[in-house]
Amino acid sequence: MFDISPAEWTAILLSLRVAVVATLVATPFGIALAWLLARREFWGKSILDAAVHLPLVLPPVVTGYLLLLTFGRRGLVGAWLADHLGIVFAFRWTGAALACGIMSFPLLVRPIRLSIEAIDRRLEQASSTLGAAPWQVFATVTLPLALPGVLAGMVLGFAKAIGEFGATITFVSNIPGETQTISSAIYSLIQTPDGDTAAGRLVLISIVIAMGALIASEWFARRATKRLHGN
Amino acid sequence: MLRVDVTKQLGEFLLEAAFESQGRVTGLFGASGAGKTSLINMIAGLLRPDRGVIALDDETLDDTAAGVHVPPHRRRIGYVFQDARLFPHLDVRQNLDYGRRMNRLAADPAQHARVTDLLDIGHLLDRRPGKLSGGERQRVALGRALLSKPRLLLLDEPLGSLDEGRKEEILPYLVRLRDEGIPMVYVSHDAAELRQLATQIVMLKQGRVTALGGVKVLT
Repeated sequence: MFDISPAEWTAILLSLRVAVVATLVATPFGIALAWLLARREFWGKSILDAAVHLPLVLPPVVTGYLLLLTFGRRGLVGAWLADHLGIVFAFRWTGAALACGIMSFPLLVRPIRLSIEAIDRRLEQASSTLGAAPWQVFATVTLPLALPGVLAGMVLGFAKAIGEFGATITFVSNIPGETQTISSAIYSLIQTPDGDTAAGRLVLISIVIAMGALIASEWFARRATKRLHGN
Repeated sequence: MLRVDVTKQLGEFLLEAAFESQGRVTGLFGASGAGKTSLINMIAGLLRPDRGVIALDDETLDDTAAGVHVPPHRRRIGYVFQDARLFPHLDVRQNLDYGRRMNRLAADPAQHARVTDLLDIGHLLDRRPGKLSGGERQRVALGRALLSKPRLLLLDEPLGSLDEGRKEEILPYLVRLRDEGIPMVYVSHDAAELRQLATQIVMLKQGRVTALGGVKVLT
Protein backbone atom coordinates (compact mmCIF):
# COMPACT_ATOMS: atom_id res chain seq x y z
CA MET A 1 0.00 0.00 0.00
CA PHE A 2 2.72 2.50 0.95
CA ASP A 3 4.97 1.65 -1.95
CA ILE A 4 4.92 4.87 -3.95
CA SER A 5 5.85 4.30 -7.59
CA PRO A 6 8.19 6.62 -9.54
CA ALA A 7 5.25 7.80 -11.67
CA GLU A 8 3.34 8.74 -8.51
CA TRP A 9 6.38 10.54 -7.12
CA THR A 10 6.59 12.53 -10.34
CA ALA A 11 2.97 13.60 -9.93
CA ILE A 12 3.46 14.51 -6.26
CA LEU A 13 6.60 16.55 -6.90
CA LEU A 14 5.02 18.25 -9.89
CA SER A 15 1.99 19.16 -7.82
CA LEU A 16 4.23 20.65 -5.14
CA ARG A 17 6.23 22.62 -7.71
CA VAL A 18 3.10 23.92 -9.43
CA ALA A 19 1.46 24.93 -6.15
CA VAL A 20 4.59 26.57 -4.70
CA VAL A 21 5.27 28.61 -7.85
CA ALA A 22 1.59 29.57 -8.21
CA THR A 23 1.42 30.74 -4.58
CA LEU A 24 4.71 32.66 -4.61
CA VAL A 25 3.92 34.48 -7.85
CA ALA A 26 0.32 35.23 -6.85
CA THR A 27 1.15 36.56 -3.36
CA PRO A 28 2.46 40.05 -4.29
CA PHE A 29 -0.55 40.58 -6.56
CA GLY A 30 -2.80 39.27 -3.79
CA ILE A 31 -1.35 41.70 -1.25
CA ALA A 32 -1.71 44.65 -3.63
CA LEU A 33 -5.29 43.76 -4.45
CA ALA A 34 -6.24 43.05 -0.84
CA TRP A 35 -4.85 46.43 0.19
CA LEU A 36 -6.74 48.16 -2.62
CA LEU A 37 -10.02 46.48 -1.65
CA ALA A 38 -9.50 47.09 2.07
CA ARG A 39 -8.21 50.64 2.03
CA ARG A 40 -9.30 52.48 -1.10
CA GLU A 41 -12.60 53.64 -2.55
CA PHE A 42 -12.69 53.88 -6.33
CA TRP A 43 -15.01 53.51 -9.25
CA GLY A 44 -15.55 49.88 -10.22
CA LYS A 45 -14.45 48.49 -6.85
CA SER A 46 -17.42 46.12 -6.60
CA ILE A 47 -16.74 44.87 -10.13
CA LEU A 48 -13.10 44.21 -9.26
CA ASP A 49 -14.18 42.48 -6.07
CA ALA A 50 -16.56 40.25 -8.04
CA ALA A 51 -13.89 39.50 -10.66
CA VAL A 52 -11.48 38.33 -7.96
CA HIS A 53 -14.10 35.93 -6.63
CA LEU A 54 -15.19 34.72 -10.06
CA PRO A 55 -12.93 31.62 -10.16
CA LEU A 56 -14.62 30.49 -6.94
CA VAL A 57 -18.08 30.37 -8.49
CA LEU A 58 -17.42 29.72 -12.20
CA PRO A 59 -17.30 26.07 -13.29
CA PRO A 60 -13.54 25.31 -13.32
CA VAL A 61 -13.86 23.97 -16.86
CA VAL A 62 -15.01 27.45 -17.93
CA THR A 63 -12.01 29.11 -16.29
CA GLY A 64 -9.75 26.55 -17.94
CA TYR A 65 -11.32 27.11 -21.33
CA LEU A 66 -11.01 30.89 -20.98
CA LEU A 67 -7.34 30.42 -20.09
CA LEU A 68 -6.89 28.28 -23.17
CA LEU A 69 -8.49 30.96 -25.34
CA THR A 70 -6.36 33.70 -23.80
CA PHE A 71 -3.04 32.01 -23.01
CA GLY A 72 -3.10 29.16 -25.54
CA ARG A 73 -0.55 29.21 -28.36
CA ARG A 74 -3.05 30.94 -30.62
CA GLY A 75 -4.60 33.01 -27.82
CA LEU A 76 -4.20 36.77 -27.85
CA VAL A 77 -1.88 36.96 -24.84
CA GLY A 78 -0.37 33.50 -25.34
CA ALA A 79 0.82 34.20 -28.89
CA TRP A 80 2.35 37.52 -27.89
CA LEU A 81 4.15 36.03 -24.86
CA ALA A 82 5.50 33.14 -26.96
CA ASP A 83 6.72 35.43 -29.77
CA HIS A 84 8.22 38.21 -27.67
CA LEU A 85 9.26 36.70 -24.36
CA GLY A 86 9.45 33.02 -25.21
CA ILE A 87 7.03 32.17 -22.42
CA VAL A 88 4.69 29.30 -23.27
CA PHE A 89 1.86 28.21 -20.99
CA ALA A 90 -0.06 25.77 -23.19
CA PHE A 91 0.52 22.12 -22.20
CA ARG A 92 3.41 23.06 -19.90
CA TRP A 93 3.70 22.88 -16.13
CA THR A 94 3.87 26.69 -16.13
CA GLY A 95 0.35 26.66 -17.54
CA ALA A 96 -0.73 24.41 -14.68
CA ALA A 97 0.80 26.94 -12.28
CA LEU A 98 -1.08 29.77 -13.99
CA ALA A 99 -4.39 27.89 -13.78
CA CYS A 100 -3.78 27.00 -10.11
CA GLY A 101 -2.74 30.57 -9.29
CA ILE A 102 -5.93 31.98 -10.73
CA MET A 103 -8.17 29.34 -9.20
CA SER A 104 -6.65 29.84 -5.74
CA PHE A 105 -6.48 33.64 -5.96
CA PRO A 106 -9.79 34.35 -4.15
CA LEU A 107 -8.71 32.15 -1.23
CA LEU A 108 -5.34 33.92 -1.12
CA VAL A 109 -6.78 37.43 -1.16
CA ARG A 110 -9.53 37.00 1.41
CA PRO A 111 -7.51 36.44 4.63
CA ILE A 112 -5.07 39.19 3.62
CA ARG A 113 -7.91 41.61 3.05
CA LEU A 114 -9.54 40.73 6.36
CA SER A 115 -6.30 41.18 8.25
CA ILE A 116 -5.67 44.57 6.64
CA GLU A 117 -9.21 45.64 7.47
CA ALA A 118 -8.65 44.60 11.08
CA ILE A 119 -5.66 46.93 11.48
CA ASP A 120 -6.42 50.06 13.46
CA ARG A 121 -6.07 52.91 10.98
CA ARG A 122 -5.16 55.19 13.84
CA LEU A 123 -1.84 53.34 14.05
CA GLU A 124 -1.20 54.27 10.43
CA GLN A 125 -2.03 57.89 11.28
CA ALA A 126 0.41 57.79 14.19
CA SER A 127 3.04 56.45 11.82
CA SER A 128 2.55 59.32 9.38
CA THR A 129 2.82 61.97 12.13
CA LEU A 130 6.19 60.39 12.99
CA GLY A 131 7.43 61.12 9.48
CA ALA A 132 6.55 57.96 7.55
CA ALA A 133 5.62 58.47 3.89
CA PRO A 134 2.65 56.39 2.68
CA TRP A 135 4.85 53.56 1.36
CA GLN A 136 6.76 53.52 4.66
CA VAL A 137 3.48 53.33 6.57
CA PHE A 138 2.62 50.30 4.46
CA ALA A 139 6.02 48.65 4.84
CA THR A 140 6.51 49.27 8.57
CA VAL A 141 2.99 49.16 10.01
CA THR A 142 0.36 47.74 7.64
CA LEU A 143 2.30 44.82 6.19
CA PRO A 144 3.92 43.57 9.42
CA LEU A 145 0.58 43.67 11.23
CA ALA A 146 -1.09 41.88 8.30
CA LEU A 147 1.68 39.30 7.99
CA PRO A 148 -0.11 36.44 9.77
CA GLY A 149 -3.06 37.03 7.44
CA VAL A 150 -0.70 36.99 4.46
CA LEU A 151 0.73 33.66 5.60
CA ALA A 152 -2.75 32.24 6.24
CA GLY A 153 -3.80 33.29 2.74
CA MET A 154 -0.68 31.74 1.24
CA VAL A 155 -1.31 28.44 2.99
CA LEU A 156 -4.95 28.36 1.94
CA GLY A 157 -4.08 29.33 -1.63
CA PHE A 158 -1.39 26.64 -1.67
CA ALA A 159 -3.85 23.99 -0.49
CA LYS A 160 -6.33 25.00 -3.17
CA ALA A 161 -3.61 25.10 -5.83
CA ILE A 162 -2.32 21.64 -5.03
CA GLY A 163 -5.78 20.13 -5.38
CA GLU A 164 -6.90 22.07 -8.45
CA PHE A 165 -8.22 19.84 -11.20
CA GLY A 166 -10.87 21.18 -13.57
CA ALA A 167 -9.21 24.33 -14.88
CA THR A 168 -5.79 22.68 -15.06
CA ILE A 169 -6.84 19.64 -17.04
CA THR A 170 -8.89 21.80 -19.42
CA PHE A 171 -6.06 24.24 -20.00
CA VAL A 172 -2.93 22.07 -20.06
CA SER A 173 -4.34 18.54 -20.31
CA ASN A 174 -3.00 15.54 -18.37
CA ILE A 175 0.55 14.81 -19.56
CA PRO A 176 2.59 12.61 -17.17
CA GLY A 177 5.77 14.38 -16.12
CA GLU A 178 4.68 17.75 -17.50
CA THR A 179 1.16 18.61 -16.39
CA GLN A 180 -0.07 15.53 -14.53
CA THR A 181 -0.61 16.68 -10.95
CA ILE A 182 -1.86 14.51 -8.06
CA SER A 183 -5.46 15.29 -8.96
CA SER A 184 -5.15 14.40 -12.64
CA ALA A 185 -3.10 11.31 -11.74
CA ILE A 186 -5.91 10.15 -9.44
CA TYR A 187 -8.38 10.81 -12.23
CA SER A 188 -6.34 8.71 -14.67
CA LEU A 189 -5.87 5.90 -12.13
CA ILE A 190 -9.58 5.66 -11.44
CA GLN A 191 -10.16 5.18 -15.16
CA THR A 192 -7.63 2.32 -15.25
CA PRO A 193 -8.47 -1.25 -14.15
CA ASP A 194 -6.48 -2.14 -10.97
CA GLY A 195 -5.64 1.50 -10.41
CA ASP A 196 -7.56 1.60 -7.11
CA THR A 197 -4.66 0.99 -4.73
CA ALA A 198 -2.47 3.62 -6.35
CA ALA A 199 -5.38 6.06 -6.44
CA GLY A 200 -6.00 5.37 -2.75
CA ARG A 201 -2.40 6.23 -1.92
CA LEU A 202 -2.59 9.56 -3.74
CA VAL A 203 -5.94 10.31 -2.11
CA LEU A 204 -4.39 9.77 1.32
CA ILE A 205 -1.46 12.00 0.43
CA SER A 206 -3.73 14.81 -0.72
CA ILE A 207 -5.80 14.54 2.47
CA VAL A 208 -2.61 14.84 4.56
CA ILE A 209 -1.43 17.88 2.60
CA ALA A 210 -4.83 19.60 2.82
CA MET A 211 -5.18 18.94 6.56
CA GLY A 212 -1.67 20.20 7.19
CA ALA A 213 -2.43 23.38 5.29
CA LEU A 214 -5.66 24.01 7.18
CA ILE A 215 -3.99 23.49 10.56
CA ALA A 216 -1.13 25.81 9.57
CA SER A 217 -3.60 28.43 8.36
CA GLU A 218 -5.49 28.28 11.68
CA TRP A 219 -2.24 28.66 13.58
CA PHE A 220 -1.28 31.77 11.59
CA ALA A 221 -4.73 33.27 12.19
CA ARG A 222 -4.32 32.80 15.95
CA ARG A 223 -0.93 34.48 15.83
CA ALA A 224 -2.51 37.40 13.97
CA THR A 225 -4.89 38.09 16.83
CA LYS A 226 -2.09 37.84 19.35
CA ARG A 227 0.09 40.23 17.39
CA LEU A 228 -2.66 42.82 17.08
CA HIS A 229 -3.14 42.77 20.83
CA GLY A 230 0.49 43.51 21.40
CA ASN A 231 1.70 40.52 23.39
CA MET B 1 4.40 80.98 16.04
CA LEU B 2 1.30 79.03 15.10
CA ARG B 3 -1.43 80.63 13.04
CA VAL B 4 -4.73 78.84 12.44
CA ASP B 5 -7.75 80.16 10.59
CA VAL B 6 -9.89 77.28 9.32
CA THR B 7 -13.39 76.15 8.50
CA LYS B 8 -14.44 72.53 8.41
CA GLN B 9 -17.89 70.99 8.09
CA LEU B 10 -18.08 67.68 9.93
CA GLY B 11 -21.55 66.27 9.37
CA GLU B 12 -23.90 68.60 11.24
CA PHE B 13 -21.04 70.19 13.12
CA LEU B 14 -19.33 73.34 11.84
CA LEU B 15 -15.83 74.06 13.06
CA GLU B 16 -14.83 77.64 12.45
CA ALA B 17 -11.77 78.55 14.44
CA ALA B 18 -9.10 81.22 14.21
CA PHE B 19 -6.27 81.93 16.61
CA GLU B 20 -2.63 82.87 16.74
CA SER B 21 -0.31 81.63 19.37
CA GLN B 22 3.11 82.82 20.43
CA GLY B 23 2.97 80.88 23.63
CA ARG B 24 5.28 78.02 24.46
CA VAL B 25 2.35 75.90 25.57
CA THR B 26 -0.95 76.70 23.95
CA GLY B 27 -3.80 75.19 25.94
CA LEU B 28 -6.76 74.26 23.80
CA PHE B 29 -9.63 74.19 26.24
CA GLY B 30 -13.22 73.11 25.75
CA ALA B 31 -15.87 70.55 26.60
CA SER B 32 -15.91 67.26 24.72
CA GLY B 33 -17.48 67.77 21.31
CA ALA B 34 -16.19 71.34 21.06
CA GLY B 35 -14.00 70.36 18.11
CA LYS B 36 -10.62 70.26 19.87
CA THR B 37 -9.43 66.99 18.38
CA SER B 38 -10.59 67.91 14.87
CA LEU B 39 -8.68 71.15 15.19
CA ILE B 40 -5.38 69.53 16.14
CA ASN B 41 -5.90 66.81 13.55
CA MET B 42 -5.93 69.65 11.05
CA ILE B 43 -2.73 71.10 12.51
CA ALA B 44 -1.16 67.63 12.20
CA GLY B 45 -2.35 67.35 8.60
CA LEU B 46 -4.52 64.27 9.25
CA LEU B 47 -7.65 66.24 8.39
CA ARG B 48 -7.90 68.79 5.58
CA PRO B 49 -9.72 72.05 6.24
CA ASP B 50 -12.53 73.00 3.83
CA ARG B 51 -11.26 76.54 3.85
CA GLY B 52 -8.47 78.43 5.49
CA VAL B 53 -4.83 78.69 6.44
CA ILE B 54 -2.55 76.92 8.89
CA ALA B 55 0.99 78.24 9.26
CA LEU B 56 3.82 77.35 11.59
CA ASP B 57 6.60 79.91 11.97
CA ASP B 58 7.10 81.08 8.37
CA GLU B 59 5.93 77.88 6.68
CA THR B 60 2.44 77.54 5.26
CA LEU B 61 1.13 74.05 6.02
CA ASP B 62 -2.36 74.52 4.63
CA ASP B 63 -3.69 77.21 2.38
CA THR B 64 -6.83 76.10 0.59
CA ALA B 65 -6.96 79.21 -1.60
CA ALA B 66 -3.45 78.49 -2.91
CA GLY B 67 -4.02 74.71 -3.00
CA VAL B 68 -1.32 74.06 -0.40
CA HIS B 69 -1.54 70.96 1.80
CA VAL B 70 1.64 69.61 3.33
CA PRO B 71 1.05 65.90 4.13
CA PRO B 72 1.47 64.86 7.79
CA HIS B 73 4.76 63.05 7.27
CA ARG B 74 6.43 66.22 5.97
CA ARG B 75 5.19 68.53 8.74
CA ARG B 76 7.56 67.47 11.50
CA ILE B 77 4.78 67.92 14.01
CA GLY B 78 4.77 65.35 16.82
CA TYR B 79 1.44 64.03 18.06
CA VAL B 80 0.70 62.33 21.36
CA PHE B 81 -2.70 60.68 21.14
CA GLN B 82 -5.05 60.12 24.03
CA ASP B 83 -4.83 56.37 23.43
CA ALA B 84 -1.00 56.33 22.95
CA ARG B 85 -1.19 54.29 19.71
CA LEU B 86 2.08 52.50 20.23
CA PHE B 87 2.90 49.98 17.50
CA PRO B 88 1.94 46.59 18.96
CA HIS B 89 4.40 44.63 16.81
CA LEU B 90 7.41 46.66 17.95
CA ASP B 91 8.99 46.73 21.39
CA VAL B 92 9.42 49.99 23.30
CA ARG B 93 12.93 50.57 21.95
CA GLN B 94 11.74 50.21 18.35
CA ASN B 95 8.73 52.40 19.02
CA LEU B 96 11.01 55.12 20.38
CA ASP B 97 13.35 54.78 17.42
CA TYR B 98 10.58 54.80 14.82
CA GLY B 99 10.47 58.54 14.06
CA ARG B 100 14.24 58.77 13.76
CA ARG B 101 14.26 55.89 11.26
CA MET B 102 11.41 57.28 9.17
CA ASN B 103 13.03 60.70 9.00
CA ARG B 104 16.43 59.12 8.30
CA LEU B 105 18.05 61.07 11.12
CA ALA B 106 21.42 59.98 12.46
CA ALA B 107 21.32 58.06 15.74
CA ASP B 108 21.60 60.44 18.69
CA PRO B 109 22.42 58.37 21.79
CA ALA B 110 22.71 61.45 24.00
CA GLN B 111 19.21 62.65 23.10
CA HIS B 112 17.89 59.10 23.46
CA ALA B 113 19.38 58.80 26.93
CA ARG B 114 18.05 62.21 27.96
CA VAL B 115 14.51 61.42 26.84
CA THR B 116 14.43 57.98 28.43
CA ASP B 117 15.74 59.53 31.67
CA LEU B 118 13.30 62.41 31.53
CA LEU B 119 10.38 60.00 31.21
CA ASP B 120 11.81 57.14 33.31
CA ILE B 121 11.27 54.55 30.61
CA GLY B 122 14.80 53.12 30.44
CA HIS B 123 13.72 49.90 32.18
CA LEU B 124 10.87 49.32 29.68
CA LEU B 125 12.91 49.26 26.47
CA ASP B 126 12.63 45.54 25.76
CA ARG B 127 8.91 45.22 26.50
CA ARG B 128 6.05 45.09 24.06
CA PRO B 129 3.31 47.74 24.42
CA GLY B 130 0.84 45.01 25.44
CA LYS B 131 2.84 44.51 28.64
CA LEU B 132 2.81 48.17 29.73
CA SER B 133 0.45 49.94 32.12
CA GLY B 134 -1.61 52.87 30.84
CA GLY B 135 0.75 55.42 32.39
CA GLU B 136 3.85 53.71 31.01
CA ARG B 137 2.28 53.55 27.56
CA GLN B 138 1.58 57.28 27.62
CA ARG B 139 5.16 58.04 28.69
CA VAL B 140 6.54 55.93 25.85
CA ALA B 141 4.21 57.73 23.42
CA LEU B 142 5.60 61.05 24.69
CA GLY B 143 9.14 59.78 24.21
CA ARG B 144 8.38 58.48 20.74
CA ALA B 145 6.99 61.84 19.64
CA LEU B 146 9.90 63.75 21.22
CA LEU B 147 12.56 61.58 19.58
CA SER B 148 11.20 62.30 16.11
CA LYS B 149 12.54 65.82 16.79
CA PRO B 150 9.35 67.73 16.02
CA ARG B 151 9.15 71.52 15.73
CA LEU B 152 5.77 71.44 17.45
CA LEU B 153 4.23 68.86 19.75
CA LEU B 154 0.49 68.21 19.82
CA LEU B 155 -0.91 66.53 22.91
CA ASP B 156 -4.52 65.38 22.76
CA GLU B 157 -5.73 64.86 26.33
CA PRO B 158 -2.66 62.78 27.15
CA LEU B 159 -4.07 62.19 30.64
CA GLY B 160 -7.61 61.57 29.43
CA SER B 161 -7.53 57.78 29.53
CA LEU B 162 -5.83 57.60 32.94
CA ASP B 163 -7.36 57.48 36.43
CA GLU B 164 -6.59 60.15 39.05
CA GLY B 165 -3.57 58.39 40.53
CA ARG B 166 -1.99 57.88 37.13
CA LYS B 167 -2.60 61.50 36.19
CA GLU B 168 -0.60 62.60 39.21
CA GLU B 169 2.11 60.24 38.03
CA ILE B 170 2.36 61.73 34.52
CA LEU B 171 1.85 65.41 35.25
CA PRO B 172 5.39 66.05 36.54
CA TYR B 173 6.77 64.57 33.31
CA LEU B 174 4.65 66.96 31.29
CA VAL B 175 5.95 69.89 33.33
CA ARG B 176 9.51 68.73 32.61
CA LEU B 177 8.60 68.41 28.95
CA ARG B 178 7.29 71.96 28.89
CA ASP B 179 10.60 73.16 30.29
CA GLU B 180 12.40 71.41 27.42
CA GLY B 181 11.35 74.30 25.22
CA ILE B 182 9.55 72.52 22.36
CA PRO B 183 6.40 74.50 21.56
CA MET B 184 3.28 72.49 22.40
CA VAL B 185 -0.43 72.56 21.80
CA TYR B 186 -2.08 70.89 24.75
CA VAL B 187 -5.70 69.81 24.44
CA SER B 188 -7.74 69.33 27.58
CA HIS B 189 -11.17 69.78 29.11
CA ASP B 190 -9.61 70.04 32.55
CA ALA B 191 -8.95 73.64 33.62
CA ALA B 192 -6.73 72.60 36.55
CA GLU B 193 -4.43 70.67 34.25
CA LEU B 194 -4.08 73.62 31.89
CA ARG B 195 -3.41 76.04 34.72
CA GLN B 196 -0.37 73.98 35.60
CA LEU B 197 0.95 73.60 32.07
CA ALA B 198 -0.28 76.22 29.61
CA THR B 199 1.16 79.65 28.96
CA GLN B 200 -1.65 80.69 26.67
CA ILE B 201 -5.26 79.55 26.37
CA VAL B 202 -7.54 79.13 23.37
CA MET B 203 -11.07 78.44 24.54
CA LEU B 204 -13.24 76.48 22.14
CA LYS B 205 -17.03 76.18 22.35
CA GLN B 206 -19.17 74.40 19.77
CA GLY B 207 -16.58 74.79 17.06
CA ARG B 208 -15.77 78.43 17.70
CA VAL B 209 -13.06 80.24 19.61
CA THR B 210 -14.77 82.12 22.45
CA ALA B 211 -11.78 83.40 24.38
CA LEU B 212 -8.05 83.90 23.93
CA GLY B 213 -5.39 84.93 26.39
CA GLY B 214 -3.43 83.95 29.48
CA VAL B 215 -4.43 81.20 31.88
CA LYS B 216 -6.69 83.63 33.72
CA VAL B 217 -9.32 83.26 30.97
CA LEU B 218 -9.98 79.86 32.50
CA THR B 219 -11.64 81.38 35.56
